[in-house]
Amino acid sequence: MPSSHPSSNTPPAARKGWRAAVAGIADSIEKPVEVLIRVCGWSSIFLVAAIFLFVLLGAMPVLPKIEWFGEHAFFTSTEWHAKDDHNPSYGVLGMIVGNFAVAAVAMLIAIPLGLAAAVYISEFAGSTTKEWLKIGIEVLAAIPSIVWGFIAVTIIGPMLQKYTGAQWGTNLLNGGIVLGLMSIPLIVSLAEDSLRAVPDSYREAAMALGANKWEVVRRVLFPAAKTGLVASCMLGVGRAIGETMAVLLATGNKNQIPDSLLDPVTTLTAAIASEMGDAVTGSDHMASLFTIGLLLLIITCAINLTANVFIRGHKKKGAA
Amino acid sequence: MEQAPSVDVRDFSLWYGNFQALLSVSAAFKPGIITGLIGPSGCGKTTLLRSFNRINERYGNVKTTGNITILGKNILDTDVSIASLRKRVGMVFQRPNPLPISIYENIVFGVKSHTPGRERKRSAMDQMVESALREVSLWDSVKDDLQRKATELTLEQQQKLCIARLLPLKPDIILMDEPCSALDANGIERIEELITELKSRFTIIMVTHNMAQARRASDECIFMLMGEIVEHCPTKEMFFNPKNEKTAMYIEGRYG
Repeated sequence: MPSSHPSSNTPPAARKGWRAAVAGIADSIEKPVEVLIRVCGWSSIFLVAAIFLFVLLGAMPVLPKIEWFGEHAFFTSTEWHAKDDHNPSYGVLGMIVGNFAVAAVAMLIAIPLGLAAAVYISEFAGSTTKEWLKIGIEVLAAIPSIVWGFIAVTIIGPMLQKYTGAQWGTNLLNGGIVLGLMSIPLIVSLAEDSLRAVPDSYREAAMALGANKWEVVRRVLFPAAKTGLVASCMLGVGRAIGETMAVLLATGNKNQIPDSLLDPVTTLTAAIASEMGDAVTGSDHMASLFTIGLLLLIITCAINLTANVFIRGHKKKGAA
Repeated sequence: MEQAPSVDVRDFSLWYGNFQALLSVSAAFKPGIITGLIGPSGCGKTTLLRSFNRINERYGNVKTTGNITILGKNILDTDVSIASLRKRVGMVFQRPNPLPISIYENIVFGVKSHTPGRERKRSAMDQMVESALREVSLWDSVKDDLQRKATELTLEQQQKLCIARLLPLKPDIILMDEPCSALDANGIERIEELITELKSRFTIIMVTHNMAQARRASDECIFMLMGEIVEHCPTKEMFFNPKNEKTAMYIEGRYG
């Protein structure tokens, strides 16, 4: 309270004047503060729009030169020679397929493991174990992606070569494993939150009817926490699609449609990261990388929107 | 003529960690009537109730001594199956807690837990759902939409459903932990009516904070204080002529 500031021996009149002044200032800044808060609130929308515009503008110079569909076009070819000034070719099919394939492998690993870990932490672990595991999950989430890249190249790669006889250690499977491991902490912490949010009275009701712990999980908690669990998996997918550094190191960076799990692939993100350093500002090459970025932005936005629509639909149904 | 008690508690003590919540409690609960458990907050009445289906133990720091014999078997023995105990001893909670699944699935939840998948018959389950809902007079209002989420019902309907879902398991004993405290006056009246209709077929043990309800709905009453049973007698006797001074003071509303 600012009014408590003047000492008690200040004459009453002076105190009154001081208070009036403070009140005056408060009145006069109320409007600007309100505007500021509103701008902050809207800034997320502005930023998304600005980023879209920025990427679109960056891609603009090359957009008219790209052939989108048809033979050997943007969406149908795996030939990416954007650096070639005389006869460039822009084919991202390999990157798109690689991106989704790596993400799919990652989710096959991360969703079952992540959900199982979340169920264990929330329902089965004792309170001390729970605290330690949660700290562990947070630390795991904080490991920089480049470190995961090291692990992919120096540990997972050689192991894959040894046990599967793969020609290259860095390949689709390697990328999927690393991305899966990276997504697990995200899925665990969000899934655990939504399991914990299920009212305890549901657990008690089911147990009083004779259900064991596993039945409580399967028949009560999963249906009750479905929205949150799906959201956690969707965010995992989002991370898997957008991750760059670890994928660049782990996948072998080859723009091709893989025949097997052990073929090297590349992703939209890895392709941008690996070529950005060579691209001359203002060149078609640079603009073509922006085009890949635009495609990536559209894909991740679409995934997020789908997740949102799903969650909202369920909330509405659950409300009433 | 004295009937054999269906729940017989002998020298039962219970600790939460180092805190002793029940001090060598003994009581016999008769079948076919409602026994009310009354007493001020923290007197151990809910703890005692929650010992009868051993749901107390889910917090892990519970220690007990003594016996609780239900239908001839000490339920504290190590060879007791918790699942079959809870099949025979159903429970209704303070806040209606239907599961966040359909009305239909709520009613058959217990049965599905206790019968292997291949032995379940759709038609038998349909029959179960209908008769359970009829018994709690909920059938007419929900029969057209059994797939509706149970949590969307009114509180009174939810509590009726919570009673109905016990019936397919054919329990012998029903525990009720302040079953009306979340309801309005009309809801209380109808749930009490329902409980009274059911009582002849079960042993009903009901914790209540509401003296008027204890007086209206119960046949026998147990007054508890500080983890001990102070008085156990027919409800009329307790309210008209309490033997213990503390019982009298509590009933008159002098404390609690």
